[in-house]
Amino acid sequence: MDNLYFLTRFDYTLIIVSIGAALLGTVSGALGTYAVLRRQSLLGDAISHAALPGIAIAFLLTGSKTPLILVLGAAVAGWLGTLIILSIVRLTRIKYDSALGLVLSTFFGFGLVLLTFIQRSGNANQAGLDDFIFGQAATILKRDVLTIGILGGVALIIMVIFWKELKLLIFDEGFAASIGLPTRSLDILLTSLLVIAIVLGLQAVGAVLMSAMLVAPAVAARQWTDRLNLMVTLAACFGAFAGVSGTIISSSATGIPTGPTIILCATVAVGFSIAFAPNRGLLWNSIKQRRNRRNLKIATNKFVGATAAENQIKENDTRTS
Amino acid sequence: MIQEHLDILLIAIVTASACALPGVFLVLRRMTLMSDAISHAILPGIVLAFFLTHSLSSPLMILAAAATGVLTVVFVELLQKTKLVKEDAAIGLTFPALFSIGVILISRFSSNIHLDIDAVLLGELAYAPLNRLEISVYDLGPVSLYVMGGMLLLNLAFIIIFYKELKLATFDVSLAATLGFAPALIHYGLMTLVSMTTVGAFDAVGSILVVALIAGPPATAYLMTDSLTRMLVLSVIIGCMNAVSGYWLSFLLNVSIAGTIATVTFFVFGLIFMIVPNRGLISIARRHIRQKWEFAQTMLVIHLFNHEGLPEAQDESEIAHLHEHLRWEPTFATRVVKYALNNRYVSQQATQLMLTDRGRSIAQQALVQ
Amino acid sequence: MQAPDVKAIEVTDLTVAYRETPVLWDIDLDVPPGVLLAIVGPNGAGKTTLIKAILGLVRPAAGNVLIYNKPYALQRKIVGYVPQRGSVDWDFPTNVLDVVMMGRYGALGWIRRPGKQDREMAMHALEKVGMEKYTTRQISQLSGGQQQRVFLARALVQDATIYLMDEPFQGVDATTERAIISLLQELRENGKTVVVVHHDLQTVTDYFDWVTLLNIRRIASGPVDETFTSDNLRETYGGRIAFMKNR
Repeated sequence: MDNLYFLTRFDYTLIIVSIGAALLGTVSGALGTYAVLRRQSLLGDAISHAALPGIAIAFLLTGSKTPLILVLGAAVAGWLGTLIILSIVRLTRIKYDSALGLVLSTFFGFGLVLLTFIQRSGNANQAGLDDFIFGQAATILKRDVLTIGILGGVALIIMVIFWKELKLLIFDEGFAASIGLPTRSLDILLTSLLVIAIVLGLQAVGAVLMSAMLVAPAVAARQWTDRLNLMVTLAACFGAFAGVSGTIISSSATGIPTGPTIILCATVAVGFSIAFAPNRGLLWNSIKQRRNRRNLKIATNKFVGATAAENQIKENDTRTS
Repeated sequence: MIQEHLDILLIAIVTASACALPGVFLVLRRMTLMSDAISHAILPGIVLAFFLTHSLSSPLMILAAAATGVLTVVFVELLQKTKLVKEDAAIGLTFPALFSIGVILISRFSSNIHLDIDAVLLGELAYAPLNRLEISVYDLGPVSLYVMGGMLLLNLAFIIIFYKELKLATFDVSLAATLGFAPALIHYGLMTLVSMTTVGAFDAVGSILVVALIAGPPATAYLMTDSLTRMLVLSVIIGCMNAVSGYWLSFLLNVSIAGTIATVTFFVFGLIFMIVPNRGLISIARRHIRQKWEFAQTMLVIHLFNHEGLPEAQDESEIAHLHEHLRWEPTFATRVVKYALNNRYVSQQATQLMLTDRGRSIAQQALVQ
Repeated sequence: MQAPDVKAIEVTDLTVAYRETPVLWDIDLDVPPGVLLAIVGPNGAGKTTLIKAILGLVRPAAGNVLIYNKPYALQRKIVGYVPQRGSVDWDFPTNVLDVVMMGRYGALGWIRRPGKQDREMAMHALEKVGMEKYTTRQISQLSGGQQQRVFLARALVQDATIYLMDEPFQGVDATTERAIISLLQELRENGKTVVVVHHDLQTVTDYFDWVTLLNIRRIASGPVDETFTSDNLRETYGGRIAFMKNR
């Protein structure tokens, strides 16, 4: 009887954690697509690191570890970090990458200062705050799943409502502005959605690895499709898949942390997609290239002068590569 | 006690200098994030080397980590070459994957090894002096001091020997290539040094804050000077000052040393950004205000110049209509006219503005530039 | 053609500056309706900036732009825009038809999705530019000329009265160039006003009937046969200092 009780309890935890990870994967996969397409993959890294002091300050001010309050603190700090990065790039000669690195590491350092301060102040309630650094998916509770589900759902709904506007914004900002779209506000909206996706994932995956949750599913999805709607859907699926499979694998043995396992699952999906996806994948391309070359060689021997064909082969190679 | 403080301070200063030197080139080559990637990605290398040597400070450790770091760079570049992944995404994919492998290795075998992810990621400078280099009975000082001192000398030697090549490969890759300076070799040499420096700095500050040491002082120095040599010197000075004041503050507040150094780095950057002449926020704002009025006056004389002697000139130079033509606020237009009259760019004839010779030459100069 | 009272585009005293550097100084420009106008000038003359200022994409330091006597914000629906081809990422996951349908977004307004009618308009525009066979083609797999045709089709579905095009001939093959110019001429025949940023001085007289010579300030503007003179060209492209002394 006792054994059975433990078994159901264990399963219950696993199910909650899996649902949480799947939801996270869905939200970050879908929204990460926009970050990858705008070439802002690493902005996610900066936001997730910059969020740490926000979490600490939110805890210091309220003394509570309610997910919503911590997420709010993280979001404010993440936004502030983004704002500082963009201002540095706009106002100085310092380039995007340096501004990103500077904000990422110094905000994180400030977060550490605050965390050590909280620890040494002897607040009994503080345990678990450093989960936000490394992530602790196993500690996901029902209320966390609820927070993820509601906030993530709202973010996805907003994404769908402004679908065509956001698409135009990232494809052709100038044209978007010319037909009267408020590109500035849309930009802020999109960054806010990204911030939401990131701060939701912090507890499970941690600041260090969160950026991969945004980037990997989107990169994998990009290889399979040339349509944005399919790419977003696929990225959400890959994210959910990585979340669930990572959770299950890590629960199957001791000493395998969940966050890194989720990231590795997502990375495997990327590797598989880059290698085997039709049309774009490496395997497909090398077959196509070889066939092109052979066909052309036959044609060369039969009809055309050798130099002309050589040029053609070169041209084909550059086109397929 | 005092000896311990001195040791920590020395390690902090040496580490900050060793990081700032290659950091200058990373910042200029727009590759700062590569240091972020490397600092995370070398974790599996460290773990594997630790399995082999059971020590955190053997030379093998530094070599293994450096190899992993260079491998990361190669891997990111290979991913990019497939053209299926853009550069930022390639970096964003590679280092979390390698870092994950490292974390899993550590937690899987944590019972056998005394390697703590916290220590690797966050570092603890306070413990650095505990590991001492001892030959027979003589205590020669903390090991990290020797490791980082060696790295500092190595970086310094690399930069001094290859100064010309580094400079050229940073500012004009294609020219460096045509002159036969093998920019790829310089690139990988720099990346190897960054990897080695990063792993050396692990003990002291941890992998994320290494980025603050690498990116912070050079970015701050970049605001202050145009000369590469000066930027190198300034970066080292700023890095050392950040380290010293950060350590001192952390001691007062009893909080994480590395975290405080990073925080100080940010505030020093912010301070310099505010006050530095020419490029600072304050001087930008000042110049902006001054230029706003100068610019408006130039606009006014050009406006008059363009319509001078043409049929519509009468209407265009009517003072009361100026703000409509130029779409200025009436009060703004009145002030601009006042300034322009004071500067004798224009003269007033009844209700009309006429260009003076001086105003005409101002307009011509503005149009020619 | 020269109905002097109605002006399709009226630019008065327009000055644009990026930070401290002026890009356009006090530009006056009237474009009568129904002309095919080339904006010509050396690199850095502010041609693209002028187009962007007309579209309200950059904020002028002074001056004013009117489209048929009203500010641009009120006239958006009658203006079509073709940006430079290099301004977008052609590896974006979308296909030809989808890009062309983006031209309908302005008319659709917020939230509403393009429907069957929009699709038909897009198909029609694609036929016009000879790209109807490529509707489902991913945009990265198009040649430069084909990409330009797609952009043109996107502007066509905007069903505008005024078209502003930024270097539509850049990097396109000769066939495409001929196809584009005959399309632009057809637009003019239908009473549309077409403003084109143009690079190739050789073709100005063949292609256009109206020209604006620009170099930070407007040098001259008017019908090609009157305006496109060697004196004006010298003023635009060189000998500027000599001109200043002569004045």
